[in-house]
Amino acid sequence: MYKKQFPLLLAFLGGAIPIISFFITTPGDRLKVTTDTLQDWMLIIAGAALLLGVVNLFQINLRKISTRAKGWPNALWLLLSLVIAATFGLADAFGTSVFGIWGGDVAFQWIQDAAFKPLQATMFSLLAFYVASAAFRAFRVRNVEAGILLAAALIIMLGVNPYAVKVLPFLPDATNWIMNIPNAAAQRGIIIGAALGAASFSLRILLGIERSYLGLQKGE
Amino acid sequence: MRKHPFPEVSVAAVLLLLAPGYALAQASEEITWGLRMENFAALILFVVFSGVVMTFIRLARGGRDLYIRRIAGLNAVEEAIGRATELGKKVLYVPGIMSIDEVQTLASLAVLKHVAKHTAQYGTPLEVPNKDPLTYAAARETVKEAYLEAGRPDLFNEEVVNYVTYDQFAYTAAVSGKMVREKPAANFLVGSFYAESLLLAEAGQSTGAIQIAGTAEVAQLPFFVTTCDYTLIGEELYAASAYLSREPVMLGSIKGQDIVKFILLCWIVLGILIFTFIGNTAMRDWLLPH
Repeated sequence: MYKKQFPLLLAFLGGAIPIISFFITTPGDRLKVTTDTLQDWMLIIAGAALLLGVVNLFQINLRKISTRAKGWPNALWLLLSLVIAATFGLADAFGTSVFGIWGGDVAFQWIQDAAFKPLQATMFSLLAFYVASAAFRAFRVRNVEAGILLAAALIIMLGVNPYAVKVLPFLPDATNWIMNIPNAAAQRGIIIGAALGAASFSLRILLGIERSYLGLQKGE
Repeated sequence: MRKHPFPEVSVAAVLLLLAPGYALAQASEEITWGLRMENFAALILFVVFSGVVMTFIRLARGGRDLYIRRIAGLNAVEEAIGRATELGKKVLYVPGIMSIDEVQTLASLAVLKHVAKHTAQYGTPLEVPNKDPLTYAAARETVKEAYLEAGRPDLFNEEVVNYVTYDQFAYTAAVSGKMVREKPAANFLVGSFYAESLLLAEAGQSTGAIQIAGTAEVAQLPFFVTTCDYTLIGEELYAASAYLSREPVMLGSIKGQDIVKFILLCWIVLGILIFTFIGNTAMRDWLLPH
């Protein structure tokens, strides 16, 4: 009972309460408040799960270091970075200094500005190169469909280029037409299908038909 | 003794049971029983949709044979795992970057269970790196249960499903690094993705791995289509678990969903005709609540 039915009951309640509160008002709007409360508490559960994740991170990387597995210096560096950032972050949160020398707020901000943000920007910047290589592959004219794709892409790229627009003034209108008519129509088709798919999937979860996400199998 | 599939369930249950009490304390007494009229059109759609889907589930339970079109990306799942098995390399499964309150993540976990069961049967190494802690906890239990079902619980360890980081680009860097260093033979990118979609898919593409992607994020679909061998587009992702399990009841819900799609299509065409030739503003006002 505990293993099979209770998670399904929880999933049903967790899904049904927000749906009912979306359509119906109750005295004091209690259902809506319950929904908001459930969402707030989900954040608390996520916090607890984060701790679980950090424990897993330590387990895996400590094992790598102790067995001198391939790439163990990276694991060591990862754990060191984690401990240093967490120490300064916690010092910042509690408004204290670390070893009585560095103020937590200054040190944590320095880690953010000098290490974290540049690393994030580096990863994000790679997108430019990856877009170019993906576009090169996509625009190779191998059949009629790829040819149409290439023509549409050329019009759109030239349509936002001021020099090309000066020579061919019809390009912005052509770009808008492609984006707002065929492109929007295709996107809406996908969005409507996906929305119905999500609704159908959610209904399967509410009814307890879909249970593989809980690790349960058919008939359990 | 087998452990409960959701150890966090007890905490969640206590919180859920406490919620109504907390809500009562916070509630305003000014609102009474009634319908939210601004959501009335959605309520009608909800009733019609649920009715049709449940009818088809009932028909499927009754033994009616339901035809579902072939989905190439899902047929390729076993091919991808088979290839990894032959090459003796691992299968990498990325369940997206969102939490389990996102339906795409739940759909991804359902596909993960199928993939994990097959990798366990073939003895192929599997790795599931996670960004969201709740998704990590759920994925761990899903995979553990799949290994148990396949009769290979011995293959499961803490490294199969692992937690990486909560930061989007740090996660992307870690997973891309795994792809380049360890060269998995098959990459599954199934779930909710944003700016990292192309970074991950291109990194995987450069290693020559067979790649199967699936998402309902329209903006990310072109990236997956250009870089992956197979892409589950939108609704195909949600249909995946039903398609893979081949359970008639689940297939019934897919069929019902298709019927509602047809009804909506007729409704849209009817609306276009009315607006074009009659210009009925009353109908427009009713359909678009203020």
